[in-house]
Amino acid sequence: MSILVIAEHDNVQLKGATHNVVAAATKIGGDIHVLVAGANARAVADHAAKLAGVSKVLLAESPTLADGLAENVAEQVLALAPGYSHILFAATASGKNVAPRVAARLDVAQISEIQAVDSADTFQRAIYAGNAVATVQSTDATKVITVRTTGFDAVAESGSGTVEAVPAAAGAGLSTFVSREVAKSDRPELAGAKVVVSGGRGMGSAENFKILDPLADKLGAALGASRAAVDAGYAPNDWQVGQTGKIVAPQLYVAIGISGAIQHLAGMKDSKVIVAVNKDAEAPIFGVADYGLVADLFQAVPELVTTL
Amino acid sequence: MKVLVPVKRVVDYNVKVRVKSDQSGVDIANVKMSMNPFDEIAVEEATRLKEKGVVTEVIAVSCGVAQCQETLRTAMAIGADRGILVQTDAELQPLAVAKLLKVLAEKEQPQLMILGKQAIDDDANQTGQMLAALLGWSQATFASKIELLDGIARVTREVDGGLETIDLKLPAIVTTDLRLNEPRYVTLPNIMKAKKKQLDTVTPEELGVDVAPRLKTLKVCEPAGRSAGVKVPDVAALVDKLKNEAKVV
Repeated sequence: MSILVIAEHDNVQLKGATHNVVAAATKIGGDIHVLVAGANARAVADHAAKLAGVSKVLLAESPTLADGLAENVAEQVLALAPGYSHILFAATASGKNVAPRVAARLDVAQISEIQAVDSADTFQRAIYAGNAVATVQSTDATKVITVRTTGFDAVAESGSGTVEAVPAAAGAGLSTFVSREVAKSDRPELAGAKVVVSGGRGMGSAENFKILDPLADKLGAALGASRAAVDAGYAPNDWQVGQTGKIVAPQLYVAIGISGAIQHLAGMKDSKVIVAVNKDAEAPIFGVADYGLVADLFQAVPELVTTL
Repeated sequence: MKVLVPVKRVVDYNVKVRVKSDQSGVDIANVKMSMNPFDEIAVEEATRLKEKGVVTEVIAVSCGVAQCQETLRTAMAIGADRGILVQTDAELQPLAVAKLLKVLAEKEQPQLMILGKQAIDDDANQTGQMLAALLGWSQATFASKIELLDGIARVTREVDGGLETIDLKLPAIVTTDLRLNEPRYVTLPNIMKAKKKQLDTVTPEELGVDVAPRLKTLKVCEPAGRSAGVKVPDVAALVDKLKNEAKVV
């Protein structure tokens, strides 16, 4: 049994999510190869070869693969697919974009966002915004899977795999990359942060959101937000934690002024310790919080900063 | 230009579902059903493109049980011109739905299909991408902006860390993200008008598609519950707990 893991990267750096996907591959068991599809991505491939459990990294380089366009990356994966029993992607924006395209072309079902591996063909995944966990068995010859990264601990960088260049597939010529706007941040990446401080509608304004900065600085935390806060324009879209945003499972999740709607809880209820600060003692967030503080956040947050 | 918009009937997003005690699935008898929120955004976007004059006809499609007619009527009350129901009582997984939609796309020849990015019941996030693959069309998932230009669709996508814009050769598949638009409320006169719009029904057999599920659901369980937490009286007590009890700071 051989497993192909599709690396998540930006041609410069290997993203942390790949470490978790390799961990899931290790649980399935078998020879693990990593595909780095990109342009000038040699450094990414070298990094991927260090992941524990990876025996070989396949490096496909072409200008058509530079921007991760789904049509082109899918062609690259399909060119290699016949040699593998499992093809694994991270359940990130890019993984979710490409994986179903590969699955449909192989005429197999795709298994989305697995959070546990029961056996080589049986997996657990959340449905209904995390309100139920389904155990599913695939009857297909090739298993195309996206991996919820928070379900698997990242592998160490202690391996010594080899890097092998493979021919790049021809571009599909169906789409063209135009531009990218990356939100600048000095803070840890939300999906991989050990501590997350999130604000909700209770913050009141984008201006008020800034009172979370010193708290996040003190805790070395990434900043997150509820959908209500994002929709109200208090925080950028990519901060959104929830069913339709990012799924996080940090050591500590601090929810400030967040009521705790089902869709938000779906994105954070696997956090180790949850702290909620809300002035409404009846807010559903207190149902999942390990430590709840009923207080006005505008007093509690600055006080937290000075006390910590 | 013709636009096809697939819509799904799902448990309303405000309902907290319960797992059946025999672990065979989720209890959806007698719970409120609605159109999948991402699909509402898709219908709204197609309707807006029609109102701008760049689209001539919007066709809503749904696959599933007879009650999906209600979902199609809602789509038509928002602005779809007609509806097609692929009626079946069988369990439909994304690959099967993509195959059904492919046949309809070949028949109707739309230049654009707008789907929701995911359904809030199975949370799969697959159908749009699979459909694009089967048709050999371009795709843009998680769209927060769609512009139709000469022969291309320019789509801004929500990706991890920000936004990216790509140009798609038409015909194309686009899947909607939450911030693409704010769907309108359907008004009573429009609901009445929608009742008169054309709604055709076909079956998977008529379309020649095998919809047999590929994934077998062995069981469905409640997620592991969290042990009850405590309320602390003040900030000092909170910090003390975090430092000495939870040891996370």
